[in-house]
Amino acid sequence: MTAYAREFKRMAARYTSDLRHRGLIQRALKGYETKRDEYKGRYQNWSEARQAASEIKWEAINHLDRHLAEFITKIEARGTRVFVAGTGAQARDYIVGVAKQNRVRSIIKSKSMTAEEIGLNEALEHAGCTVFESDLGEFIVQLRREKPYHLVFPAMHLTRDEISRLFHDELGSEPTDSPEELTMIARRVMRKNYCAADMGISGANFAVAETGMISITENEGNARLSTSLPKIHIALVGIEKIVPRLEDLALFLPMLATAGAGQPLTCYNTLYGGPRQPGECDGPEQFHVVLLDNRRTELLADPEQRDALHCIRCGACLNVCPIFRNVGGHAYGTTYQGPIGSVITPHLRGLQDWKHLSASSSLCGACTEACPVGIDLHHHLLQNRRNAARERPSLSEKILYAGFVFIMRHPVLYRLSTRLAPVFFPLHRLVKGTFFDPLRAWTQTRDLPVPARQSFHAYWNDKMSNRKARHGGN
Amino acid sequence: MKVSLFIPCFVDQFYPQVGVSMAQVLERLGCEVDYPPGQTCCGQPPFNSGYWNEARAVAGHSLKTFAKSEIIVSASGSCGTMMKVFYPELFKDTEQEFEARKIAPKVHEFSEFLVNILGVRDVGAKFSGTATFHDGCHGLRELGIKREPRELLKHVRGLELVEMAEAETCCGFGGTFSVKFPSISTAMGEVKCDSIAETRAEYVISNDSSCLMQIQGLLDRRGQKARCLHLAEILAQT
Amino acid sequence: MAATDQRNEVFARIREALRVPAPHRHAAPAHDAAPAPNDGPPASDAFRAWLPAVGPSLNDQLVMFAFNCNQLRTELRTLASLDEAAAQLALLARENNWRQIASHRHPLVLPLAEKLALPTLLTDDGYAIPDLERCHAAITGCDALVAQTGSILVSSGSAGGRALSVLPPHHVVIAQRSQLVPDLAAALALARERYAPNWPSFLSFITGPSRTGDIERILVLGAHGPKQLTVLIVP
Ligand code: SF4
Repeated sequence: MTAYAREFKRMAARYTSDLRHRGLIQRALKGYETKRDEYKGRYQNWSEARQAASEIKWEAINHLDRHLAEFITKIEARGTRVFVAGTGAQARDYIVGVAKQNRVRSIIKSKSMTAEEIGLNEALEHAGCTVFESDLGEFIVQLRREKPYHLVFPAMHLTRDEISRLFHDELGSEPTDSPEELTMIARRVMRKNYCAADMGISGANFAVAETGMISITENEGNARLSTSLPKIHIALVGIEKIVPRLEDLALFLPMLATAGAGQPLTCYNTLYGGPRQPGECDGPEQFHVVLLDNRRTELLADPEQRDALHCIRCGACLNVCPIFRNVGGHAYGTTYQGPIGSVITPHLRGLQDWKHLSASSSLCGACTEACPVGIDLHHHLLQNRRNAARERPSLSEKILYAGFVFIMRHPVLYRLSTRLAPVFFPLHRLVKGTFFDPLRAWTQTRDLPVPARQSFHAYWNDKMSNRKARHGGN
Repeated sequence: MKVSLFIPCFVDQFYPQVGVSMAQVLERLGCEVDYPPGQTCCGQPPFNSGYWNEARAVAGHSLKTFAKSEIIVSASGSCGTMMKVFYPELFKDTEQEFEARKIAPKVHEFSEFLVNILGVRDVGAKFSGTATFHDGCHGLRELGIKREPRELLKHVRGLELVEMAEAETCCGFGGTFSVKFPSISTAMGEVKCDSIAETRAEYVISNDSSCLMQIQGLLDRRGQKARCLHLAEILAQT
Repeated sequence: MAATDQRNEVFARIREALRVPAPHRHAAPAHDAAPAPNDGPPASDAFRAWLPAVGPSLNDQLVMFAFNCNQLRTELRTLASLDEAAAQLALLARENNWRQIASHRHPLVLPLAEKLALPTLLTDDGYAIPDLERCHAAITGCDALVAQTGSILVSSGSAGGRALSVLPPHHVVIAQRSQLVPDLAAALALARERYAPNWPSFLSFITGPSRTGDIERILVLGAHGPKQLTVLIVP
């Protein structure tokens, strides 16, 4: 087991035994479910819409070279500087370079998981810049010096009391148990930062090839402020964010909101097509778009799992995942939590180090069912398991399965083994649940079924010979 | 109609009553039931762990065992899924691909077979008590079975069906997952058991014995009184 | 610049990766085979059949827009004349105690804003951020109203730049009844007709006042943007 796997197991054990935490997450997600179902119910045909979204993303990803080239040409034509980064380090260096060249000191950032992925804040801070996270949830986890807990809801693991205490300690505000007042405290702090910032950094939810625009979805208005007031705006965009046509957004924007957050449409859906244009009264003088590969092309090179690049990071798969709902977002140790994270992290950060996330699933398929772009998530987990075992099988499992295969291919041996079980079962009582129990992983928390005195095949044999005997007797 | 029973290894050993009940119900409905001898396991444990060569070795044995069957009815939605959905993928580009593709459409989960193939809803069963139904994930999401078992249960005299809030939530079994990540598997099972408790049902019914093994194991350990029964066991009561 | 663009290398990797085609796994049976070159994914006309239904008549759409505004906590006033609109604005100014406002030179908006006779910052020729921040309300125009979602489409041109509609705590939109379109696809098509190929650098769908659910998933209005959003529809 790798260190990452051990850490995951340790964290999972810790979080699953924290009933308060589990209750908090499950209550929060119950509310989401109710809203999501309500708004999904307004669609005339959700499954057709989902099918179309999947096809549009298929087109975008399977002709990525063409669409990306078009995006670059179009957005550059309006004075945007586009930088294509092969790795996270190249993206960081470029962004730090722009900051240095323009003597940037203070940076306002709106939520970007891609920036998390490449550790952008750390790099900028290292270069002497101050980075303020402006999204409320991100602001809270930044104050706590924590990683976001969830792709979309970064601070969903905290109660208002914890946040109030945090604000009191870090910002000197009066304690309060009102989410509204807490939000206003953050608003006041952030207002100053927007006005003073030299640079705004954002991610993007979509990149429209046909018109050369990025699209940012948000509820708070922090991204709009971060991209309106500072003189420089840098958007860090994964190459998979492409959609071919502007009108595709008419489908994706509502689906993203409904699937991910249980909203009919997110509050602000904004398209940025360049820096301030002639005749416009505000907006940044410089607009940089950094397109990031960072091993996305490795996922692209795997046709079996290429559809994982269709992901629009809505978070629906996390919300419905029973693993996520019990271990929470911090146990994963990845930028992208939940099912999508378990699928792509092995591609982005190494299969052998991260295969345990693919193993840690009951393969229930709730994620695949929830995904608005129809990514075959739980089957990809299965494929990751296969690839990992093929590449580097574990000796103990090899031996185990060799024995298993041998027995299962020889019905006589198999039958013998079923005879032995009832014999061994009483012996098992002696060690049940103790360190010596070979079935400890099960019996520590669960009872075992008692093997039947007569197996089904024995019963059937009896039944058949009785029948024959009867028929013979006649 | 000639029907072959597929009784997966753990049902054979731990829950033979499920197989017995299935045979009774099917025979009562006029099927000619056989049990191809030599059947063992569908190969799911090595398949789910990523050991596909080993899985093929076991699954290949099943392909041979059931080669002559016309209709295969499985006692477990999960093992049925293995044959129906995953065999074609497992054997893709191998010599046995043809057989795997041939067998897939012949495989049916028990409730789905009764409702959709035999066209029965009322099997004439009587059972008194309140029960809640757990949807096994494989049956629900891979095979799309949701309505069928409920239709059957609705027609059982004396049975009151109470839906639980988390009916579609995974029980946390997941085969080898349950012992590789016992803490997560248990936490998931606890969510299920809490939801069962809320319904105050006396029985938990499912079309998948593997889920029931997990659920019963936890119910017992937590001292909850509810008993788990396979759908076939209910339908066999007259 | 700090590093050279990796454009060619990344594109080479993309092309290499795409040499093996991916299956259309989720395609409906009819699309099972790889699509013919011209048979692209469905277009926005088709979306209409799946997204939430919008009635065909202008009245249906007005009703739907009003319903959505109500759910989103956008205040909507449908007015019979420009005079009524002016009176409504004056009422808003009194109720909310506006002492300074911001607006822009928009043929429909500016005359109404001027009737308030309050100190008014116009953003058209540039502005100092702190001055805009001090304003109690922003009065802007828009490109379209969207019935399906209760959204307002604004752009740098129609709403006095990027910041005017998001920095002050109260955003008031003046729109004409004829600006109502059924859905997002229609709004995007309208923007295309109006602007392409000289697109503005900023286009935004505003759907309700600014909000957050980041604390215990409880809805709070006015996270960073306006706490209040008012739409005045004039004939
Ligand atoms: S994989 Fe699907 S459900 Fe999960 S975040 Fe991505 S788009 Fe959403």
